[in-house]
Amino acid sequence: MAKGRVSIVVERCKACGFCVEFCPSHVLALSSAFNSKGYHPPHVVHPEKCSGCDLCGMYCPDFAICASKVDAKAVTGGQAAKKADAPKKEGTK
Amino acid sequence: MTDSLNNDLVNIDSSTADACGSDDCGGTCNDDVVNPVEQFLRSDRVPHIWCPGCGIGTTVNSFARALIESKIDLGSLALVSGIGCTGRVAGYVKLDSFHTTHGRAIPFATGLKLANPNLNVVVYSGDGDLSAIGGNHLIHAARRNIDLKVICVNNLIYAMTGGQTAPTTPDHSTTSTNPYGVFEPSFNLPHLVEAAGAVYVARWTTFHVRQLSRSISEAFKKKGFSFIEVISPCPTLYQRRNKMGDGLEAMKFYKEKSKVRNGAPTSEVGMTMTGDIIVGKFVDRERPDYQTMMRAQYHESLGDSYVEPTPQEEPVCS
Amino acid sequence: MKADPRGVLTGIHFMDGDHACCEGALAAGSRFAAGYPITPSTEVVERFAARVPKVGGAFIQMEDELAASIALQGGVWAGAKAFTVTSGPGFSLMMEHIGYAAMTETPCVFVDVQRGGPSTGLPTLPAQADMMQAKWGSHGDYEIIALCPNSPQECFDLTIKAFNLAEEFRVPVMFMMDEVVGHMTEKVVIPPADQIEVVPRKLTKKSVEDYLPYGTNGDMVPEMSRAGDGYNFHVTGLTHDERGYPNMTLPTQDKLVRRLQNKILSAVDRITMTEEEQIEGADVVVISYGITSRVAQRAIEAAREKGLKVGKLRLITAWPFPEKKIKDLASKVKAFVVPELNLGQMVREVERAAGGKAKTFLVSHAGGGVHNPTDILKVIVEASR
Repeated sequence: MAKGRVSIVVERCKACGFCVEFCPSHVLALSSAFNSKGYHPPHVVHPEKCSGCDLCGMYCPDFAICASKVDAKAVTGGQAAKKADAPKKEGTK
Repeated sequence: MTDSLNNDLVNIDSSTADACGSDDCGGTCNDDVVNPVEQFLRSDRVPHIWCPGCGIGTTVNSFARALIESKIDLGSLALVSGIGCTGRVAGYVKLDSFHTTHGRAIPFATGLKLANPNLNVVVYSGDGDLSAIGGNHLIHAARRNIDLKVICVNNLIYAMTGGQTAPTTPDHSTTSTNPYGVFEPSFNLPHLVEAAGAVYVARWTTFHVRQLSRSISEAFKKKGFSFIEVISPCPTLYQRRNKMGDGLEAMKFYKEKSKVRNGAPTSEVGMTMTGDIIVGKFVDRERPDYQTMMRAQYHESLGDSYVEPTPQEEPVCS
Repeated sequence: MKADPRGVLTGIHFMDGDHACCEGALAAGSRFAAGYPITPSTEVVERFAARVPKVGGAFIQMEDELAASIALQGGVWAGAKAFTVTSGPGFSLMMEHIGYAAMTETPCVFVDVQRGGPSTGLPTLPAQADMMQAKWGSHGDYEIIALCPNSPQECFDLTIKAFNLAEEFRVPVMFMMDEVVGHMTEKVVIPPADQIEVVPRKLTKKSVEDYLPYGTNGDMVPEMSRAGDGYNFHVTGLTHDERGYPNMTLPTQDKLVRRLQNKILSAVDRITMTEEEQIEGADVVVISYGITSRVAQRAIEAAREKGLKVGKLRLITAWPFPEKKIKDLASKVKAFVVPELNLGQMVREVERAAGGKAKTFLVSHAGGGVHNPTDILKVIVEASR
């Protein structure tokens, strides 16, 4: 089970690619989805590899992503990882 | 310096705020994952105006973490910026923040600090603002060792106004005011501020997010003039005009070219367009800060007649 | 509110205008100044540098006027009443920051001890040639208040008034002295602190959630805050909305800039101070200010001895200009005579306000000394014809 989980604020992303490049575990990739500004936000392709180091959060110039360590006792861990994996296609709520 | 129309009016759909503090996250938000930077953001003004791949936002992340790690009293913090892309930081952070005039963040910050010595004053501005028009104030504040924490985001260009040459633009770069290539020598900022008297001098790049954060925390613990230079990408102007790719390319360039040399002589850390970027903590020394020296002098000269400046609890007159 | 006695040098003094101005600032509650030396103003801050460590405050001599004019504003936002002093060349350098103070509504005082210009000009000799600059020197549309003392006593009294107006209207106030008033030594009476009224900083008592840094309740002057009080407010020179956030749109610009103008112009009657004498039934009214008003007094008396009906209107407040007063007067008198130590500055305002209903005569002087009263008398006589 993943040690960390990612949260992405799709609408803030400008697809700079920092998070994808500098995630030490290569958890992320730019998706083919668009947000309302026309950028491809990242999505989680290897959720099980996320360590929760939050380097993605530290690098993101747009405050659009962050990660944190999962509490080993948390029941919602699996569901949360699933949620982190699915960006909205249209990019709007 | 002119400011272009920004897009502050473009609102995020402000429906329910999620735990990470944003108004619209497109449904990928994990309710219990909170971005540490969020508490310091004026969320009603995000997305910000900085370009895709610009490093200024990255420096703000490091700054936010330094605020948390250093456990600094946020109520005593004031942030002052000048004009330029980095100058816009003041408008995005949820602190007592002052967006002042071009080059004059440091004297404004000096006034804040002297009138209320209990304030922790951060100056957050760009290379053009701090070293060109603000150069005089930079060296005098360093000379005086005013207790300020200066974060100089150096994107090697005047970005906001469209990519003109800055005193930090490396030799042979192309800019809008040197369309045939810069031929002026550029400033070695760490060397300049060390010579002027700064007690803490460090340089990192936006690739060095953790080291930057640590330096900022160290600066908070330091009394005196601290100067932290952060090399940061300007993809739209510097990178593009010099065919150096986008922000990501710049970050990879920093990763490849940076050499950490803590304690390196600042005379040796000048930058060129394609050469190594020496990073690290270069100077960390002890010198009494301005207010310490001021008090000592007045105590010596005036003895009991000296009345220390204290910030007013109530409006100045009782 | 009464003045803080720690800053009030109660007593009867023999001091010059520069020194009296410093005492006025201290009496008003100023505890922070940032300055840069320039003749003939330097003595104001030299005295402040000597006095303030014993009163409880700080002075810093900055590296230039650009720094001084903004450092004082940092001091204001930290909670202090602050000022700077300068003369022509320094005043020119400070213009950007005067505009910043007007835009951000930073209450503060800029003292200009006017000297001969333009450029380096006559550093040790008087002029009154910065009067238009006081109002129009910075770019953009904004209003300021300008006061003109004509004696060391007024340098004391009116400096207090300048600080009070600054706080009341959250505006930079230009204190337009001249070299003669600054360097003339006269009796200055400083009363006990409890006889001096000072206006305190209008600090908000609203909660953090409710406070709008640039929101107003119809009085057009927002409540202020201080760095460190926990409001996390933002101040910017960019066009901003009531939250203080940059908002560079036409409606915001219109609303903001007109309010900055109206908060002063709508209060002209309250702000205007003049000294008037024998206006009723006058044929000619001599309008003057600063040191020239004292020279003009001699000319006015000489004219009256000749049987001429001459009134005196001394502008203590030069800006906002008392347009309505002059306009009303213009339909009652034959002419205005405006002596000033320049080649025609405030006379233009008089002329404009008079609207052609009365003739306007300038008694110009290129600066470097004061008028010869006979020169003013000559024009009064001509104007009376």
